[in-house]
Amino acid sequence: MTELVKVSGLRVAVRSGGADIPIVHGADFSLKKGEVLALIGESGSGKTTIALSLMGYARSGCHIVGGSVQVAGVDVLTLSPHQLTKMRGRTVSYIAQSAAAAFNPSKTIMDQVIESAMIHKTCSRKEAQEKAIGLFKELALPSPETIGERYPHQVSGGQLQRLMAAMALITDPALVILDEPTTALDVTTQIEVLRAFKKVVQERNTTAVYVSHDLAVVAQMADRIVVLKNGEIQENNVTREILEAPTNEYTKSLLSAMKPETRQDTVEQKTMDLNTDTPLLEVRHLEVSFGNKKVLHNIDLKIRRGATVGVIGESGSGKTTLARSIVGLVQASGGNTYLDGEQLNEHATKRTREQLRRVQYVFQNADTALNPLHTVEEILARPLRFYHGMKGKKQRDRVLELLSLVHLPASIANRRPTELSGGQKQRINLARALAAEPDIILCDEVTSALDTVVGAAILELMADLRKKLNVSYLFISHDISMVQAICDEVVVLYSGFKVEQGAGESFQRPPFHPYTQLLIDSVPELQQGWLESTNANHETLPTISAAKQNVELCPFLDRCAVRIEGKCNRIIPARIKLPKGNQILCHHTFVNDLNSQSVQRHEQKNALVESV
Amino acid sequence: MSSNTSSVKKATSIYSVSLFSRLRGRSASGAIGGILILFWLIMSVIGPMVAPYGANDFVSYDVFGPVSAKYWMGTDYLGRDIFSRVLNGTPYTIGVALAATVAACTAGVVSGLVAAASGGWLDAVISRTQDAMISIPSKMFALIMVASFGSSVPLLIIMAAIAYMPGSFRIARALAVNVMTLDYVQVARLRGESMAYIIFKEVLPNMFRPVLTDFGLRFVFVVLLLSSMSFLGLGVQPPDADWGSLVRENISGLGSGAPAVIAPAIAIASLTIGVNLLIDSFGNKSAHH
Repeated sequence: MTELVKVSGLRVAVRSGGADIPIVHGADFSLKKGEVLALIGESGSGKTTIALSLMGYARSGCHIVGGSVQVAGVDVLTLSPHQLTKMRGRTVSYIAQSAAAAFNPSKTIMDQVIESAMIHKTCSRKEAQEKAIGLFKELALPSPETIGERYPHQVSGGQLQRLMAAMALITDPALVILDEPTTALDVTTQIEVLRAFKKVVQERNTTAVYVSHDLAVVAQMADRIVVLKNGEIQENNVTREILEAPTNEYTKSLLSAMKPETRQDTVEQKTMDLNTDTPLLEVRHLEVSFGNKKVLHNIDLKIRRGATVGVIGESGSGKTTLARSIVGLVQASGGNTYLDGEQLNEHATKRTREQLRRVQYVFQNADTALNPLHTVEEILARPLRFYHGMKGKKQRDRVLELLSLVHLPASIANRRPTELSGGQKQRINLARALAAEPDIILCDEVTSALDTVVGAAILELMADLRKKLNVSYLFISHDISMVQAICDEVVVLYSGFKVEQGAGESFQRPPFHPYTQLLIDSVPELQQGWLESTNANHETLPTISAAKQNVELCPFLDRCAVRIEGKCNRIIPARIKLPKGNQILCHHTFVNDLNSQSVQRHEQKNALVESV
Repeated sequence: MSSNTSSVKKATSIYSVSLFSRLRGRSASGAIGGILILFWLIMSVIGPMVAPYGANDFVSYDVFGPVSAKYWMGTDYLGRDIFSRVLNGTPYTIGVALAATVAACTAGVVSGLVAAASGGWLDAVISRTQDAMISIPSKMFALIMVASFGSSVPLLIIMAAIAYMPGSFRIARALAVNVMTLDYVQVARLRGESMAYIIFKEVLPNMFRPVLTDFGLRFVFVVLLLSSMSFLGLGVQPPDADWGSLVRENISGLGSGAPAVIAPAIAIASLTIGVNLLIDSFGNKSAHH
């Protein structure tokens, strides 16, 4: 057979204190020319380590102990450093997770894209530039002729990721390694990048290894999937078999973790009266500006006792700013925050200790939220002493109680955060907030840095705690499918505007605000062919004339698939209430939502007639 | 297949060799630095006691005498034993420099932390004052101080401490500002913690390693400043002598290549190089983690 890549018995180890600790235990797989193979697993499963060994590389501290890696008939593990240099970038090229970190900010994009062609002398500078422009076109980059003259900071994150693909493909490598290329991107951007990647891979018949933790993304890209856990291959099969008939227990658990379960206890929440009691936390007409730029516009939000409210939006939508403003880390330029009807000072330092205790904030990244030099016990004991004056045995007992509350063993108390896994750290992060015995916890993307399975366990824990302690949550996330599953109420933010608000279950059926629709359509589904069939970002946007100057307009105008000439580019939309109960900020009323597309085209025609 | 495995072995041996040599290279230079520093620290305490002759004993009629079994580093311009004089000068050079560096770094780090933690006008006042001080060249400042107050050991310590405090402040403030933005400090602020708790429990322990590195580097600068002051005759006054004054005293022996001028210079060099080697090995480690 025409096997381009053949890995057999690959073993990689970490050297620690003189002893070798194996992290990959004998991986075997092969890859035919033109195939895309996915390596999937949680962090620490060895997927990146295996992918890097295809280039004969082991990260510092690691080394390849045994096995063979054949790429295009050459065993890369036997090559000298000099031969490896010749092979890397030429026979095998690599697309890293963060293109923003991989590009040199002081050189033009074109210089960097053609750099490997220049180093390996595969063609002349002029040919390489022409080839690069051809690749830019294939990758659907805007203005392919001139984009190479720009610098990395002048293009968006999604574009940079595609430019990195051009960089990798410029030498026509036999094998391309894609290491989590879309993990750092928003879902709406991810879909564009995936489409571009898929098109190029198919057109050029590229052989690729795709490393990812996201089964749904991999389902779109790969012909074969290798499932890894703790450095061992669990299952290796064609994509369809893995998705439809997994044989391995671990694969099954991965598949089930992909589908967040809808909460069971939504019904009991309904019994609470929505309007009569004062909300636990209320935000009225909140506005935040950074310099002259307004990042939050007139946000209203109510959180009842024991309720979970979700805030979603892509990066830059202002969701973190909203939470930071509520806790007093960011000062509002307008509007107020109330706790039980009592106004909170906008500076955290000027709030009373009791107010600070009742509103706790859980940071996104547990790696930076826990002081690396404090032990777990010190971290948890501090709020106990600070807020509740606990000391000695009482304090120690409460620490152990908190640990068991977040399902961690008592033995962990004397360890430091650096000795814990990501999931354990996030649990400690949560336990510290619980130590204050708060009324409301603001959770900022608490699961986004975690593996799917671990993240699902954290969510389950939080739902469990809510039942036990009747604590409220403000849940910030970019993942709409997760938020709609666990939240009583969902708020959608787009560039600082609240574009939609409604009950969690109402997000399971249309109509939606066009932006919400885009978000929902962009979430990858666990089936092959989803990438081709989804509506998101597929159609060309309706052409409209230039927006009216000096008027505040709909923030989503530039990306809206259902924008209306003469309306959306002329006046600001009103906040309207849909029959299903959701509030949206849009000109569309979706009364007849099945025909909304035709209605919109009809309106467009009318607008054209009027303008003539 | 057999050729395969042998070639794999070869490849892995290349990996392990390069890793091994890298590890060795780093710890070896650090160990040499550590040994040099340890040697001089011990000498600064017991040096005067183990010296074979008194510091001011005229032991030989031979001025600028060569290295011999009797006089390990030769004799100076008055026929005194240089080896004994270097050992007697060790407490001056190291003691004064150490005291000055400790004072400079303590003042610099504390003011840097306070400036970073408080921000606003207090930060501005502290920072601008330190900026004004850093703009005075340290040698000029030292010369002026000695010229106006006369040279004495306490003055040398205070002078060196003031001259090197602003640099320490700059580094400490920059480090503290970075640590201040980390989430765990925000958590402490949201909890309502006092400034002292944030500075000493959350921030300072996390910037200790770079501060220590800076301390070592600053110590080297102070040694060099004090030595050059003594070389100009403005440092430690006769009959006492630190290494800088030893070089100055015997400068006329330079033409004849007398060991008397070279030996104290080597002592200064070995101390500063030792500190630098040790610091470099710290730096590598912290960059690695």
